[in-house]
Amino acid sequence: MGVGVRTEGLRKVYTSPPPLAAGGGSFAPSLGKKGSKPKKAFQVVALDGVSLEIQAGEIFGLLGPNGAGKSTTLGILTTRVRPTEGHAWIGDYNVWQQQVEAKRLIGVVQQRPNLDFALTAREILSFHGAYYGVAPAERARRSTELLERFHLTDRAHEMVRGYSGGMMQRLAIARAMMHDPQVLFLDEPSTGLDPQTRLLLWEIIREYNRSGKTVMLSTHNMEEADALCRRIAIIDHGHVIALGTPDELKRSIPGGYLLRLKFSHNSSGVVERLRQLHGVTEVQTQSDGVDLYADRGGSLIREIVAVLADYATDLHDVHISEPSLENLFLHHTGRSLRQ
Amino acid sequence: MNWRTFAALLARDAHVARRNLATLLLQTMLQPMLFVFVFGRVLISSGMMAASYKGLLLPGIMAVTMVITGIWAVAMPLIAEFQFTREIEDRLLAPMRIEWLAVEKILFGMVQALVSGAVVLPTGWLVLGHGVGITLDQPALWLTVVFLIAVFSSAGGLALGCSVGQTQIGLMFSMVIAPMIFFGCVYYPWSALDHFPIVQKLVLLNPLVYASEGLRGTMVPHMPHLPTLLVAGVLLAVDVALIVVGLNRFDHKSVS
Repeated sequence: MGVGVRTEGLRKVYTSPPPLAAGGGSFAPSLGKKGSKPKKAFQVVALDGVSLEIQAGEIFGLLGPNGAGKSTTLGILTTRVRPTEGHAWIGDYNVWQQQVEAKRLIGVVQQRPNLDFALTAREILSFHGAYYGVAPAERARRSTELLERFHLTDRAHEMVRGYSGGMMQRLAIARAMMHDPQVLFLDEPSTGLDPQTRLLLWEIIREYNRSGKTVMLSTHNMEEADALCRRIAIIDHGHVIALGTPDELKRSIPGGYLLRLKFSHNSSGVVERLRQLHGVTEVQTQSDGVDLYADRGGSLIREIVAVLADYATDLHDVHISEPSLENLFLHHTGRSLRQ
Repeated sequence: MNWRTFAALLARDAHVARRNLATLLLQTMLQPMLFVFVFGRVLISSGMMAASYKGLLLPGIMAVTMVITGIWAVAMPLIAEFQFTREIEDRLLAPMRIEWLAVEKILFGMVQALVSGAVVLPTGWLVLGHGVGITLDQPALWLTVVFLIAVFSSAGGLALGCSVGQTQIGLMFSMVIAPMIFFGCVYYPWSALDHFPIVQKLVLLNPLVYASEGLRGTMVPHMPHLPTLLVAGVLLAVDVALIVVGLNRFDHKSVS
């Protein structure tokens, strides 16, 4: 039987800068109100009412830019960040009331490889198994298997201090699987991996999931979310702004295609005319042009150029993108995921 | 309580300590031994110090070695493990309440402090040669003091290790450890400060004073020393306070 994950109204306010590994991201501290004491000025609302339900046996993705609250959500679910409000459950266990039981069910890969530098790769796996009460013979067997699987056998007896970033990341993932957890949490797992290793990682995650295990990962890579996840929550500024399967989410973008147009100058007449073009579902005005959502892409250009010509406006730049999660994020927030 | 996890964490620390044994011994034993040689042999044999100084020095050296070893054994790894690499994260996730990881650190630091005491005592004795004049009339009381010193050192290491950042290690040595050693009645008995009444009162805030004086009182009772029961009482209070502060700081540092 698989184990699900649930959160209810999670809110987290940091009153001191979160440690990099726990909070991560680029927090911009919001300065307190005028007149408040400077010492109390640091306050960051990292999460504001996040409720999620991840079913047993699914791969669930949290997609959002840096500082959106992904790491904090995973931190709360993995006992590393104490929520200011709200609850989180791993299976039937309330994470903050039944910590030990919850910890037993989970494996965690943090955003930065946090390996034990005092040990060799094999020892890291073996001691990790020991913390979870795995018997010595079984530990040896699983270590060998995982080292092999993650292509680390050759350097298994080296201290990990000399490992490259990618090797550390692979070992961190192997370690999280060492005690065969029911739920695997991965915080931006493919950061720093070369494309080949990324594919290997995806395959390993899928395979792990096929054995009935639940996987929850965070990423700012749409391709990764799209390729791996059964369902995705798009998160920004501590809020879930969209939730569904990748296809559902992509279908929810008006029109699907996004044309980002840059003009010499903007006028309401242009925007109004563009809005009336056949197939255009939405036009959002930007400072130097418009974002135009439509059910077709390139074939609209000729008509757009004609409209602009009527208003003596030059078209400086056109960017056409097909339906994607990136467009969805842009649609909801007005910002690109990469910004 | 999950003893299997606790034992595995102890085994991990023992494994790492075994690997670093030579460095560890040099780090903690070399300096006291040099002190013993210079003060206890060179200065005494050249007639610049009275021969009775040997008996005064050895308990102080044992105290300072135990205290520094314990603090070092707990604080230094903690400072490194709590840095941005967060090496400790994996152990914080072990299926056990995180306070027990702090308790494990205290326990392991105690063992190291006790081992260093057990090594420095005979070695120092050997270096000093004959005429040290140590009598262990009350072994139970002596062991109690030794135990309380071990707790003080490792709980102190926990509190310090969770309060100091990597960039402040140098400061920790010059601001905390060095004054603690020199005003810790290690190389002289507390009564030697009679001519400096203010300093004599102030050093009573330094727990190392009670460690040195406690060992003096139980190893060379004929030498001047603070009353041993008072010393044991203060050490006990210091131990409890440091454990509470250490666990609190550890919790604060572990969970954001």
